[in-house]
Amino acid sequence: MGRTLAEKIWSQHVVRPLDDGADLLYVDLHVLHEVNTPRAFDDLRASGRRVRRPDRTLAVEDHNTPTRQGALEDLAGRRQRELIRANCAEFGIPLHRLGDADQGIVHVIVPELGLAQPGMTIVCCDSHTSTLGALGVLAFGIGTGQVEHVLATQTLPVHRPGDLAVEVSGALPDGATAKDLALALIAQIGTGGGQGSIIEYRGEAVRGLSVEGRMTLCNMSIEAGSRAGLVAADDTTIDYLRGRLEAQGRADAFAEAEPRWRAMRSDDDARFDDVVHIDAAAVGPRVSWGTNPAQNLLIDGSIPTRSDFATEEEWASARRSLDYMGLRPGQAVRDLSVSTVFLGSCTNGRIEDLRDAAAVLAGRRVADGVHLLIVPGSAAVRRQAQAEGLDQVFAEAGADFREGAGCSMCCALNEDRLAPGERAASTSNRNFEGRQGKQSRTHLVSPRVAAATAVSGRLTTPEDL
Amino acid sequence: MSEPALRRGTAVPLRRDDVDTDQLAPARFVPYFRPNGFTNILFADWRADPAFVLNQPAHQGATVLIAGRDFGTGSSRESAVWALQSAGFEVIVASRFGDIFRGNATMRGLWTAEVDHEVIERLWAAVEADPWLPVTVDLAARRLTCGEVESPVRIAEPLLRRLLEPGDPIAETLGRLPEIEAYESAAAGQRRSGPV
Repeated sequence: MGRTLAEKIWSQHVVRPLDDGADLLYVDLHVLHEVNTPRAFDDLRASGRRVRRPDRTLAVEDHNTPTRQGALEDLAGRRQRELIRANCAEFGIPLHRLGDADQGIVHVIVPELGLAQPGMTIVCCDSHTSTLGALGVLAFGIGTGQVEHVLATQTLPVHRPGDLAVEVSGALPDGATAKDLALALIAQIGTGGGQGSIIEYRGEAVRGLSVEGRMTLCNMSIEAGSRAGLVAADDTTIDYLRGRLEAQGRADAFAEAEPRWRAMRSDDDARFDDVVHIDAAAVGPRVSWGTNPAQNLLIDGSIPTRSDFATEEEWASARRSLDYMGLRPGQAVRDLSVSTVFLGSCTNGRIEDLRDAAAVLAGRRVADGVHLLIVPGSAAVRRQAQAEGLDQVFAEAGADFREGAGCSMCCALNEDRLAPGERAASTSNRNFEGRQGKQSRTHLVSPRVAAATAVSGRLTTPEDL
Repeated sequence: MSEPALRRGTAVPLRRDDVDTDQLAPARFVPYFRPNGFTNILFADWRADPAFVLNQPAHQGATVLIAGRDFGTGSSRESAVWALQSAGFEVIVASRFGDIFRGNATMRGLWTAEVDHEVIERLWAAVEADPWLPVTVDLAARRLTCGEVESPVRIAEPLLRRLLEPGDPIAETLGRLPEIEAYESAAAGQRRSGPV
């Protein structure tokens, strides 16, 4: 019987099976950021251990980094950066610091640097590591204790998850994006639907996405409960990698690796533990209304009412979310006004996302009273946006296009936060209570809807303008 | 060294699904070096409401937390586990857990007992009726009891073993260093351990 892509990558990385049913898995690349790592280094030091493979380890400052000069910076953020700098210096780990040409959000820079390649295993102290699955990499988030384990051994004892196929048939309609597809999947299977599984995204609509779009899709696998998402390598993947490696003058390495990369796909007769079907034609622009990412609907809809839920218990839970969000059952989604729009994050902070937004903003103005905050996913994304003149489009539209790259308002660990009770449209990945600042109210959307919403001041599609 | 296979304590009934790690450890408290550690950060925003269940005098001193579906979803921050332990919790009972959270909890000795949601409903009712009713989790037997309520507990073998015999997982792996080195040589030979 054939094997799945996940099974192939897994079996190639098993150092040895362990007697409790887990496998000791080899980690090809271990990526670190400043927030979830200090204790791992302290514990490593306390036990007198060293970093076994600093050459397979890479660190970056992204979560706490300020996005503009002179920002009133959180002292905790500065202290986190001091710690990662000291730790990386002590153990010989390469670090992309704030201000570095290659600095940016960890899941944005790793593919940019050509380091995410089909068939690899990559782990990072961050749940959105799943993003890298877009390039056929088995990539997943780990906790601080596991970071210490990988630092010391370059391996991790892990139990192999199941295989879940998400088959997206047909093509996405005009105006529907990878973000909308991700939200549609999570609405369908719930926040725990992918729990215990690696998702492989398959089908025509997935093949039709750019590598950037596939990153958006794989990024939100964790919001469906799955630690990792995968897309098998194809011409799109190969072209992306060719571009990255040739730009580094490494055409030979590319040519040598290409046949291996192309083999990184599930066999035709591979068996999955479960299959979820999605009809791409039914995917349209979506907006979250609640306080978990599964609580989302088509922008054409209205806020759910009692009749949308099967049980009193589900309704009580929805009511709690609506109360937090300050919404009334039955309200039209397009009637909702926002005061901030955030474009950025590891979900939608890449050049393609900025292009999508700029196409909407060209020749238009951000509505009075609305703050459109655009934070590039990396320093390279910012340079590319400038090279394409997108910065001019943003400036003319009255948007606030920040200098510094990083996670910014997605996780509110730097100074970019919503005020209590403030409502925002955001291209990020989580609408949890307080996620974008204490008592913040988040509506998750695609970059196109974010840009149109900034222009109208209400949740809007570009087609509505 | 083996750990006792049984934990027993009073419980807090948290009638919520989808308790994400941003609630367990709000971002502003995540930096590791806070002077007060992780004490009092658990559910910091929800605790502002005097009616919140953790604020009830009857539930002070509880060591078991009973939540609904998908507990510990979201961010991989291990501070979510540290926050629960700093608040005195030793066992979390839920009908489903976020994968990363459950792994983190296990590594730090916080027990996670998965039971059917129907059992959760009965546990909530039992503990609300009598806050002093203890919950007992016997991991070795994979069994939970609370008054009249009895249920099997679902937990994967590697997690169970790690909880009962924590040991030093890094030392165990370093004991296999020759095998790791052999893997590295073989992978390099076959050019299958990237990146190129």
